Amino acid sequence: MTSLRQRLGGVATFVSSTAVTLLGLAMLTFFIGRVVPIDPVLKIVGDKASQEVYDRVFLELGLDKPLVVQFWNYVTSLLRGDFGISFSTARPVWTDLLDFFPATLELATIGVLIGIVLGVPMGVAAAYWREKWPDHVLRVVGLVGYSVPIFWLGLVALFVFYYKLNWVSGPGRVDVFFQGVVPNVTGAILIDSLLAGDMQVFRNAVSHMTLPALLLGYYSLAYISRMTRSVMLEQLGQEYILTARLKGASEFSVVMNHALRNAGIQLITVIALSYGGLLEGSVLIETIFSWPGIGNYIFSSLLAGDMNAVLGGTILVGTVFVLLNTFSDVLYRVLDPRSRGFGA
Amino acid sequence: MTATPAVAPDLRSARLREWRSFARRFLRNPLGVIGLLIIVALLLCALFAPWLATHNPYQTSLPDRLSAPSAAYWLGADELGRDIYSRIIYGSRLTLLIVALVVVTSAPIGLIVGVVAGNYGGWIDRIFMRVTDVFLAIPKLLLALAFVAALGPGIVNAALAITLTAWPPYARLARAETLLIRNADYVNAVRLAGASEWRIMVLHIVPMCMSSVIVRMTFDMAGIILTAAGLGFIGLGAQPPLPEWGAMISTGRKFIFDQWWIATAPGFAIFIVSLGFNLLGDALRDLLDPHLRQRR
Repeated sequence: MTSLRQRLGGVATFVSSTAVTLLGLAMLTFFIGRVVPIDPVLKIVGDKASQEVYDRVFLELGLDKPLVVQFWNYVTSLLRGDFGISFSTARPVWTDLLDFFPATLELATIGVLIGIVLGVPMGVAAAYWREKWPDHVLRVVGLVGYSVPIFWLGLVALFVFYYKLNWVSGPGRVDVFFQGVVPNVTGAILIDSLLAGDMQVFRNAVSHMTLPALLLGYYSLAYISRMTRSVMLEQLGQEYILTARLKGASEFSVVMNHALRNAGIQLITVIALSYGGLLEGSVLIETIFSWPGIGNYIFSSLLAGDMNAVLGGTILVGTVFVLLNTFSDVLYRVLDPRSRGFGA
Repeated sequence: MTATPAVAPDLRSARLREWRSFARRFLRNPLGVIGLLIIVALLLCALFAPWLATHNPYQTSLPDRLSAPSAAYWLGADELGRDIYSRIIYGSRLTLLIVALVVVTSAPIGLIVGVVAGNYGGWIDRIFMRVTDVFLAIPKLLLALAFVAALGPGIVNAALAITLTAWPPYARLARAETLLIRNADYVNAVRLAGASEWRIMVLHIVPMCMSSVIVRMTFDMAGIILTAAGLGFIGLGAQPPLPEWGAMISTGRKFIFDQWWIATAPGFAIFIVSLGFNLLGDALRDLLDPHLRQRR
């Protein structure tokens, strides 16, 4: 039963390394919130607050205690889901985050799906026809994706496709007219409107989502296709591909059944990384498209100088990011027999 | 004594030959040359900004506010009647300043962490790499954003924040290279000759890491420009009236539907410049990356 023990040991390593990373994240946000500002109380209450408020916040933050104790209290309150109060919405930051997160998740999920559906085939084609036109197309797509400021592309897209051509709806999630028409069940407007059977709202939501989702999709496509290409190139150069060809497998089968299946395992990590990247990248896109998600929440809190909300959003997105990484690592272990280790 | 003058020209001509072959191979890559030309153009813009600009970038002229591109205002005028073309020209200086600030801080920090971790190994390595991994695992833009929000907006603070998120890849890179070299014969020979570990790291290991670091730096510059522009767009980077490209897009955003040129031109400048760095980075990687060279 050594394998079970090994597996448990592997799980323990994952759990502990994820915990250390999350602790590091908490340490950084603690550092940013409490140590970097010369006076964290002033940063929270603003310079117009009365002495009374100032003193109360000072005590609430526990600034009279040593830093280590402060950090301990900070971590334990985070674990309890206490992210402090947002001073711009006057609600607990955690409640705000739960309200705004589904919109971000919905947008990022659709974005990464676009990235997978278009990016993987493009990467495969570019690897198969190396140095031919599919490869050149991919290179241009990638270069532009890595070089263009995404918020600017969003503005230009709004101008062209919404204002000039009027193909899609503008900023926001649905038209004002449709707001609150369907009951909020999952927080994802596409699913909610389908559940309510309201096709009008659904169509409107799709029209609103098209531009931001395509932009995020393009962003992840640039990354996913490039990584797919390099992973596939690596696989296509292996000897088992030669064997398959010698045995008479069709080119299609060689690429799809042999190479892509092995490359797919490595692509999981790539896709998880790009999903996490989109959650973060949506900060700028949401700002442009007035998308009521975490990014927009962080942005408007930033303008209001509301550090609790900014750091809360950072912790939430950071945590999801870290967990996605761990999840993809675990999945990789499960799917790839080699990484489970031989014998002993 | 007679040998020394004879050796020096030899060494110099060998270096010259090396450079010539490097330049020849580089010139064979048209995309890399385009990238280099873009970067050179950017440097020239920054250097000769007063001669290239047609207007004073801070000079407001309210009667001309929001005017369309014309013979007087090549790319139009912004909401205060300032010439957009001249502001973009002067903005190249700010872009270069941020990139330079980030690169001269993050690359050395990463190099030190990585080389020390790789060379000493043991618990130093474990702690250093653990910290590096934590930084790598956290979303960069958000971290930079929160950091500037706490520090207060401004160019130097924005550069500091980007540095905070930009050094870990260099540490990884330097450590990997160090692990390959630290027990090489020539390093052990110097060690036996009695060189201190610091001397070995500074004179023998760091130079070997440089080519990978330079390639990585060129790639990073595009990313740094985009992050800096994003921070500027959010309002956390350069403050008005500085002609920073990201901040200019942010002003133009209000007029995107009716005066689209205000936001379009600076965005295009950002795009071209980061494209230039990416093209140059691609070309340099093909030429300098020791691992790629071996494989061919």
